[in-house]
Amino acid sequence: MAVPSYATPLERVWHYAYVAICVAIFFFLIAPIIVIMPLSFNAEPYFTFTEKMLSFDPEGYSTRWYDSLLTFGMQAPDAARDMSWWADAWANAKWVKAAKNSIIIGVCSTIVATSLGTLAALGLSRPEMPFRRTIMAILISPMIVPLIITATGMFFFYSNPCELLTIFGLNPQCGKLAGSYLGVILAHATLGIPFVIITVTATLVGFDQSLNRAAASLGANPRVTFFRVTMPLILPGVVSGALFAFVTSFDEVVAVLFIAGPEQQTIPRQMWNGIREQISPAILAVATLLVIFSIALLTTVELLRRRSERIRGLSPQ
Amino acid sequence: MANTALDPHAAITTTASGVATQPLTTADGKPLVRALARSQSRARRKAFLLVLPLLAFIVITFVVPIGQMLQRSFHNDGFSANMPNISAWFAQTERGTQPDDAAWQALAADLQASAEARNIGVVGTRVNYDMPGTRSLFTSTGRKVRKGIEPPYRETLLEIDEEWADPQLWATMREVSTPYTANFYLASVDRTRDADGNIQQVDENQRVYLMLFWRTFWLSGLITALTFVLGFPIAHLLATLPMRKSNLLMILVLLPFWTSLLVRTTSWMVLLQQQGVINDILVWLGVIGGGQRLQMIYNQAGTIIAMTHILLPFMILPLYSVMRTINPSYVRAARSLGATSWTAFRRIYFPQTLPGLGAGAMLVFILAVGYYITPALVGGSSGQLISNMIAQHMTSTLNWSMAAALAALLLGAVLVLYWLYDRLVGVDNLKLG
Repeated sequence: MAVPSYATPLERVWHYAYVAICVAIFFFLIAPIIVIMPLSFNAEPYFTFTEKMLSFDPEGYSTRWYDSLLTFGMQAPDAARDMSWWADAWANAKWVKAAKNSIIIGVCSTIVATSLGTLAALGLSRPEMPFRRTIMAILISPMIVPLIITATGMFFFYSNPCELLTIFGLNPQCGKLAGSYLGVILAHATLGIPFVIITVTATLVGFDQSLNRAAASLGANPRVTFFRVTMPLILPGVVSGALFAFVTSFDEVVAVLFIAGPEQQTIPRQMWNGIREQISPAILAVATLLVIFSIALLTTVELLRRRSERIRGLSPQ
Repeated sequence: MANTALDPHAAITTTASGVATQPLTTADGKPLVRALARSQSRARRKAFLLVLPLLAFIVITFVVPIGQMLQRSFHNDGFSANMPNISAWFAQTERGTQPDDAAWQALAADLQASAEARNIGVVGTRVNYDMPGTRSLFTSTGRKVRKGIEPPYRETLLEIDEEWADPQLWATMREVSTPYTANFYLASVDRTRDADGNIQQVDENQRVYLMLFWRTFWLSGLITALTFVLGFPIAHLLATLPMRKSNLLMILVLLPFWTSLLVRTTSWMVLLQQQGVINDILVWLGVIGGGQRLQMIYNQAGTIIAMTHILLPFMILPLYSVMRTINPSYVRAARSLGATSWTAFRRIYFPQTLPGLGAGAMLVFILAVGYYITPALVGGSSGQLISNMIAQHMTSTLNWSMAAALAALLLGAVLVLYWLYDRLVGVDNLKLG
């Protein structure tokens, strides 16, 4: 990216201006995410840097908002912090409950999305797959269709999933999926599937189909071939697809607002309520924790991607 | 599939059959052509069976629910199912017929029956969608006639409420007496029917939907343009730097991409507030006085800034992956042939980035058109998009048919764009990170 030696003075000026522009855009990208971190340690309930914070006075900083994440919703938040206090926090604190729900729903929907999605990606990347393009377009569509439309459709369907069968003259009663964990898990699995399909088919692009034939000619049945030959090679893609699906579920709020009951309070929903009602720096504390969480996920995915490229010999590293 | 032509076995059979008169056979004597066709169809079936579980899952949990929802946009039997007699009278008579004794009798009988079955609220709500302010007429009349109603029906009903004689009300009841209707679509483009059934524009102060559609598309276009202006230099920088450095800088693009949408929206709320960081810095720099802090949030500016930031990675990533493949020697060749750096960029480099630009722009536009959360949180009233109106009809006004009609129009637009995207870019070229 150095200036070539034949550059005119005007081009040199433009080059430095260009670098400055790029720095500014990177700043625009990353500053909003970084700025909430120090603000979450604000001792005052404000969303800006106080005098004390700017002069690095320790009194200007506190961890009270992180503490409030634990105490909010507890039965006895002011009791001595012994085992029973922690048990109270584990059982009653709203943010802790929300985190537990988010993880349960995220993990279950990821398992559904990843297993079905990987299987389908294997089929889609076979050259003899019929209607490949159309089917692929249908499977990716949950990512494209506006979330509000998906959530609206799911709202009606999940309140009475058996309504469909009335077309065939049946009138069964099968309860409702709305307001249940199963409903939210299925909805989130649907939304996560496109990400699994995209990442796993991308991994399979460089996959040598003759490896499967070689395994079969050596006497392996399809199941053994899949677990001993195919799976180890596409595993990095499957894992990053699973992480994408997990993040999709972990971050999803519209479908939860429409189909979840009061029991399925997740972190995004709790944040949504917090932002809409009375925004407090406690939201910034949650946001900071979530940013740290996404940094961890991003690192994992990047490492996996490089490993996958190395395995498949796509990059010269 | 075109793959049959590429299949080496197929190639052998076609060339061989041109030379030999005897058809080629397999070791056990079957014609090779048929054996090949059979094995290929078995392979196709196997591949399809792998996809089938997921396809069924998506169809049941996604395609069917959306189809069911869209059905509500043209089907609403709230009136016809609960008021069968008067609906039958409407079906038998011409539009514009004055209500006769039979009509009044049918109406009275239906009102009493549906009040008794406690469905009068549903009926009133249905009429209310097409003629606001009529729900209470139905419920209050229902309360009075529940115990029974005596002839003469016309006079009794008019005594309960004069409004029953309103010709507009009768025209509206005729409109809603069939379960299938296009009126919700008419309403979502700010059209309505007058007493004679002619389509006309609604009153000027009630025209909201066309304006919202227009604003949604205009803001999405603007946001797409902004992501292009901001994304192009970044993608170019990342594509021209050596791999080590660009991988490091790529993290700055991917971190926002992986960060929760709500977190990013919250940070913009914090930054853009009147008492927020940006206003504080501007006051401190003396750019603006303490009393004239800028209103950058809860209006269109808030929606534009936050959505540009959130959608920027979707522009950078496709641009980057195309720019990586551009051979730098073309630009050098242009320069050595005497082109200025601007001409070399405009005539040689930029045209080669167009596939990435097209992919990124379409993706950003498609995602922006359906955005809901960010406008709801930072948009105030002037930054609301059509999705927010759908949500409002779903959760507060409970006019589900209207929500479905608006959703159908939005979905139609998105699907057209998606089809175009698939034709021009191909869904299998979508990349994440």
